[in-house]
Amino acid sequence: MIKVEKLTKRFGGFTAVDGIDFEVQKGEIVGFLGPNGAGKSTTMRMLSGFLPPTSGRAEVAGFDVFADSLHAREHIGYMPENVPLYTDMRVSEFLRYRAALKGIPGRRLTERVGDVLELCGLKDVEKKLIGNLSKGYRQRVGLADAMSHEPDLLILDEPTIGLDPNQIRLVRDLIRNLRRHHTILLSTHILPEVEMLCSRVIIINKGRIEALDTPQNLRAHLGQAGYILFDAVVSDARTAASTLRTLESVQSVSHRADGDWTVFTIHAAPGMDPRESLSVSLEQVFAEVTGAEEN
Amino acid sequence: MRKFLILLGREVSSAFHQPLAYVVLFFFLIVTGFNFQAGVTLLNTGAGTVTMVQAFFNTVYFWFPFVLVFPLITMRVFAEEAKMGTIETLMTAPVRDIQVVLAKYAGCLFFYFILWAPSLVYFLVFQEITGVKAAEAVGSYLGAYGMLVLMGLLFTAIGCLASALTDNQIVAAIISFAAILGFFFLGLLSFLLPSTGTFLRELTYYLSPVEHMMDFSQGLFDTRPVVFYISSSLLLLFATYHVFQYRRWKS
Repeated sequence: MIKVEKLTKRFGGFTAVDGIDFEVQKGEIVGFLGPNGAGKSTTMRMLSGFLPPTSGRAEVAGFDVFADSLHAREHIGYMPENVPLYTDMRVSEFLRYRAALKGIPGRRLTERVGDVLELCGLKDVEKKLIGNLSKGYRQRVGLADAMSHEPDLLILDEPTIGLDPNQIRLVRDLIRNLRRHHTILLSTHILPEVEMLCSRVIIINKGRIEALDTPQNLRAHLGQAGYILFDAVVSDARTAASTLRTLESVQSVSHRADGDWTVFTIHAAPGMDPRESLSVSLEQVFAEVTGAEEN
Repeated sequence: MRKFLILLGREVSSAFHQPLAYVVLFFFLIVTGFNFQAGVTLLNTGAGTVTMVQAFFNTVYFWFPFVLVFPLITMRVFAEEAKMGTIETLMTAPVRDIQVVLAKYAGCLFFYFILWAPSLVYFLVFQEITGVKAAEAVGSYLGAYGMLVLMGLLFTAIGCLASALTDNQIVAAIISFAAILGFFFLGLLSFLLPSTGTFLRELTYYLSPVEHMMDFSQGLFDTRPVVFYISSSLLLLFATYHVFQYRRWKS
């Protein structure tokens, strides 16, 4: 569905995306993971046809996103970061306009708008002005817009940013339901989100792909590193370390203070995996490959 | 064509969704109404040689709202989309950039035509009440309203270009206001330069909206201004299209 080859974007002297390659198959949900400024949004903007690449190429549904942009765009539903919407329009009016603009024929408009309103749980606000909606509803209007023309591919830039936990859950459920009909590429810096939603993860940092695998494999990969770094605020680091040592899967534990935080280095016992007991998740993988400091 | 019409529909409805549209319509009606009243007063003094149509289209009260209204109509069209970020969803929809630019331009023109439409009624009312013809011949109407459309084409294009240059509506309004006013005053120079035949006199005469309107509202048709307004509008639209596309490169 997506084929990216040596895709590069430079802004003046700054390289935002640096020769990345990846492919996404039909039906996958792929998560783009990376710290702010890693190049996630720039990559998505290139894929959606908003920004032309400096070099390299990208294909969506067999169409080059730059040379054959109009055809490629017909297959893409794109929701930009912060979900820009026309605040002076009513929800159903907006979706009707967008669906028509993106090529849904007139006789199917009412049916299609009704479907996406239903799917995104917008029935009760369809007559409201978008400007008066809460952030959670706006996010859902953005999603409804992205899928309004039945695209094969959905590109969602930070779909859950700025939402409260309940709204996040709703949006995630919605995305999970969409996987049956759409291939999805979404970006986030919330790690559990990727574990929950995605079949594959692309970790990107400073414009380069650092890791590309299933969430499970990325976690397994961490085990081969042999040790785990673990930050915590504890009142008594010595006691905490000796408690950790009592775990069967742990071979040795060392610790050092880092401001208010204590950094534990936990070495696994041979053939054992202490992560289950530590309930370590992808947070550490993320920190490890991006070299970001945890806090 | 369907996409163009969809975009145009959106432009027209969004123009009327903002309170500014009604403020502009309201004050525009007041000022043109006052202009009409001033025209009637002028005819009452028995100045003699001018018709109602000429009196209406050649006063300060006509030119003042005329030049003022373009920045107000056009400042929003591109700047607002850029500011709100909706330009991103617009430019990633399967529509051509040229369709977007033309739809926005046509939307502004539509609003401009709406502003002037009531003035047609004035002349009907004038004839009905006074029994005096508002113009000598139909050519006078065609000339005056034709010139109104031609000048609208150019000044709307100036406004659209200004709006595409920035994401701040106020800045867009100031740029287009300065450009339109500068052009307008350049044309007024032709009245100040006494000698005919000098290059500057010829040039300013050629560019002067006031001179054009004087001729056309008498029913005098001249192809030179027609060519000038249409070609310069196309040039500015072409520039607007490229500025709009340039967003893909910079943002």
